[in-house]
Amino acid sequence: MIFHPGILALLLGSGLISAMLCYSGYHGMQIIRHWDIHSGSERQLELERRTYLVSTVMTYALGFQILSLFLFIYTADTLSPLFVGAMCAAGSLKVNSFGYPALIGKIVNCLLAGLWLIVNATDNKAHDYPLIRTKYWLLLVITPLVLAESFMQAGYLLSLRPNIITSCCALVFSTESKTILSDLLSLPPSWSQIAFISSMIVTLALGLSVYLKNKGVLLFSLASLLHFLLSISALISFISTYIYELPTHHCPFCLLHQEYGYIGYPMYGAMLVSVVSGMGTGVIHPFRTVASLRQVVPRIQKRFALVSGIATLIFALITGYGILFSSLKMAD
Amino acid sequence: MGAIEKQRHILDFTLSSLGRRKGKNIALIIVYTFVIFLIASVLFLADSLKKEAAQILQDAPEMTVQRLAAGRQDLIPLDYIESIKAIKGVQSVEPRLWGYYYDAFSGANYTLMVNADLNDHPGAILIGAGVTRRSEPGKPPQSLRKNDRIPFKTYEGEVLTLQVKGGLPAASELVTADLILLSEPDFRKLFAFPHDRATDLVLTVKNTKELATIATKITRIHPDSRPILRNDILRTYDAVFDWRGGVILMILSGVFLAFIILAWDKATGLSAEEKREIGILKAIGWETADILLMKFWEGSAVSLTSFFLGIFLAYLHVFLASSLLFEPVLKGWSVLYPHFRLTPHIHSYQIAVLFFLTVIPYTVVTIVPSWRSATIDPDAVMRM
Amino acid sequence: MIHLQDIRKVFNAGQPNEFVAIEGVHLSIDSHVVTALKGPSGSGKTTLLSLLGCMTRPTSGRIILQEREITSLPERFLTEIRRETFGMIFQQFNLIKGLTALENVMLPAYPKGEKHAVLKRRAMDLLALLNLAGKALARVEWLSGGEAQRTAIARALINNPAIVIADEPTAHLDSALSFEFMEIMRQLKADGKTILIASHDPIVYASDVVDRMVDIRDGKIVSPGDGA
Repeated sequence: MIFHPGILALLLGSGLISAMLCYSGYHGMQIIRHWDIHSGSERQLELERRTYLVSTVMTYALGFQILSLFLFIYTADTLSPLFVGAMCAAGSLKVNSFGYPALIGKIVNCLLAGLWLIVNATDNKAHDYPLIRTKYWLLLVITPLVLAESFMQAGYLLSLRPNIITSCCALVFSTESKTILSDLLSLPPSWSQIAFISSMIVTLALGLSVYLKNKGVLLFSLASLLHFLLSISALISFISTYIYELPTHHCPFCLLHQEYGYIGYPMYGAMLVSVVSGMGTGVIHPFRTVASLRQVVPRIQKRFALVSGIATLIFALITGYGILFSSLKMAD
Repeated sequence: MGAIEKQRHILDFTLSSLGRRKGKNIALIIVYTFVIFLIASVLFLADSLKKEAAQILQDAPEMTVQRLAAGRQDLIPLDYIESIKAIKGVQSVEPRLWGYYYDAFSGANYTLMVNADLNDHPGAILIGAGVTRRSEPGKPPQSLRKNDRIPFKTYEGEVLTLQVKGGLPAASELVTADLILLSEPDFRKLFAFPHDRATDLVLTVKNTKELATIATKITRIHPDSRPILRNDILRTYDAVFDWRGGVILMILSGVFLAFIILAWDKATGLSAEEKREIGILKAIGWETADILLMKFWEGSAVSLTSFFLGIFLAYLHVFLASSLLFEPVLKGWSVLYPHFRLTPHIHSYQIAVLFFLTVIPYTVVTIVPSWRSATIDPDAVMRM
Repeated sequence: MIHLQDIRKVFNAGQPNEFVAIEGVHLSIDSHVVTALKGPSGSGKTTLLSLLGCMTRPTSGRIILQEREITSLPERFLTEIRRETFGMIFQQFNLIKGLTALENVMLPAYPKGEKHAVLKRRAMDLLALLNLAGKALARVEWLSGGEAQRTAIARALINNPAIVIADEPTAHLDSALSFEFMEIMRQLKADGKTILIASHDPIVYASDVVDRMVDIRDGKIVSPGDGA
């Protein structure tokens, strides 16, 4: 089973990403121990050069992490014919107990890596690297999480055997099975519609307040996260049914298929951008009192509030388009 | 200040800089392209074969029932048909007659199958492309034509001569290369086949979701039977092609490693001229991040060129030149090679996998050398 | 304009080949003045120039540029300042081979992201000023010594810096070109630029263009050349 090219690619990819993180973590530890911006010693100059390396490595690592998230889903999808009962990625992931945890781990790591890069960018804008130790401590926290996710992914991929009987999305995402997802679905669609729309309005409003007056940053950042989770729930409970034009098809993965115009990619892309930039404003908020960041932080928060707002709107537009032009008419 | 203008300027400089070191970069691009070409060829071929198999199996029966004797396939009694037809959900049950015949003359194994249309033409056969090329090993290939005759040795020791009345369509060569269609009387005579048996039974069902249930019911009524679902076959083919593709990839890992080492070497081995250039740039006002950007564009230009060139060449190789290099391993070993052209088919998934297997490792290996070159002290330029 | 306070620069600290290039240097450079740094090779002249031009950080001490302390600035900010404030002319000219004179002149401005047409216009004007308009599209390998020198000067001026730094500019030039160089410096001084030249060439430090001479030897300032 491990000889499938897609699996080889994923294992190689996560191996490289883990290695890159460990390497960065190692350099990070040196920096935490010996950093002294006011020193002109050669060691300090060397450390300053090192931070460029870590920034570069982390930027690539995040890029690869996002790509590997999509490749993971795509691979699970491609492998689904090998499992009885699986019609798409939803079924493939259910084949063993590592599948969904690996997926969730990947998404979480994408978010964390994105947030780290925001902290890094903020640090670089100040004249004295005020957040240098903070960000490398954060890196040391993220690294074991990435390693854990690599292990889970490997665990999932390596124990795949064809012909294992699994369930397809109709069962995974149905109201009969006893999972969190089914609980979400047993809520009447109007609930999740209301939750989705209201969280979007609240998030946009708070975003506007951050953009114009730099107020309510922490609330905005929490609202972004909440809206992200509610968007996923909304996708599963009703948005997907409109796009598939089938009231029983709730699968969040089939959106990425060619037959639906690959619409899943811009939707998920917009969601990720929205939540990372939204939460980014909150992540750097504690540092606004640092002398060299006093003007930097509000500026960055404003820019990210704008980016997040635009991404949220893009997601809303795509969703609205999908619902309006769907031939499915749901009795409410 | 225009961020886009800045990228444009740096990209401009990068491309001219690559041009100034043509020799070194071309060598790298050639090897890079070759590696991508190899891996892409494997991916395209494996995927295409899977699709072909799926296409062809579309017309295969949804379920075939065989009878087992001590774990091996045995002939199935025709009176099983009644009991199976009675199962709820079964639409039709037809007996099939087919078998393998070893042709001593050519050393090949032919698949003989009864086609009902030939029952009115005893003595006539339709042959596949591989059979057309029937000839003694070591001798120049022949080409059988209409009305040529082939002698067969029956299981009772007699000779049965059959006349070629036509060939099977060339487009289906992948599965019909070794196929000979003949009439039922001829078949039964050739193999001394009992009149109350068939080789297997083919079923059609009303609802495909019921296939598994019906299969279970059949085994309950006839415990010595073995129902085979088309989907099972498809899945097996998929797995085999995937596995074989993967094995080749593992074999190619040696080439891959050599490439990575070469990439590393090229990236770290900055010539004195290159070092000087970077030093000058830093001295006149470029900062480390700008140099890193330049290195990023350099890597991207090399990767993109090799990526598209490699894919293009692989496309030609697999779909136009019939994958000369890999054919044997992927198609299996046999005396009769089907000659066929695969339908060109590229899927974005293969491109994504290819990207992960080639561009990403290359990029990772060049990160540290790029950084090292980017952090050259401008001060050093002053001392040159 | 530039103030160095108790500057010390050490290379390979803590290793057997530890080398103290500059020790206990106090220096103030005034604006609109042409200062010459005189000293034999190995005196720390080049290091001092490096420090003055924000190309390296001191091991200890403080550097203040136009009222702003830049001692501990991270490289990205230092480079930005250097790009805007300084124009560098090197001993070996250090032009990039394979590129035209025009492209070489535009290079320092690339990271700023200006519009290409605007940048090109400015570069051509500078080349014209230095009588190089005809050679703008020539590859720098084909330029004569004097033309290369003037291209290097044009490059140093592309970002309209307040300060021009030249390290042994006449080392590879004959007398005629050396005098020509000093005349160009005279013109720049008249334009209000501050100029720093490190040289042990008499044509340079004995020229009347030079307002102040600083003597440096064995990493220490021997004679500051002014009352300070």
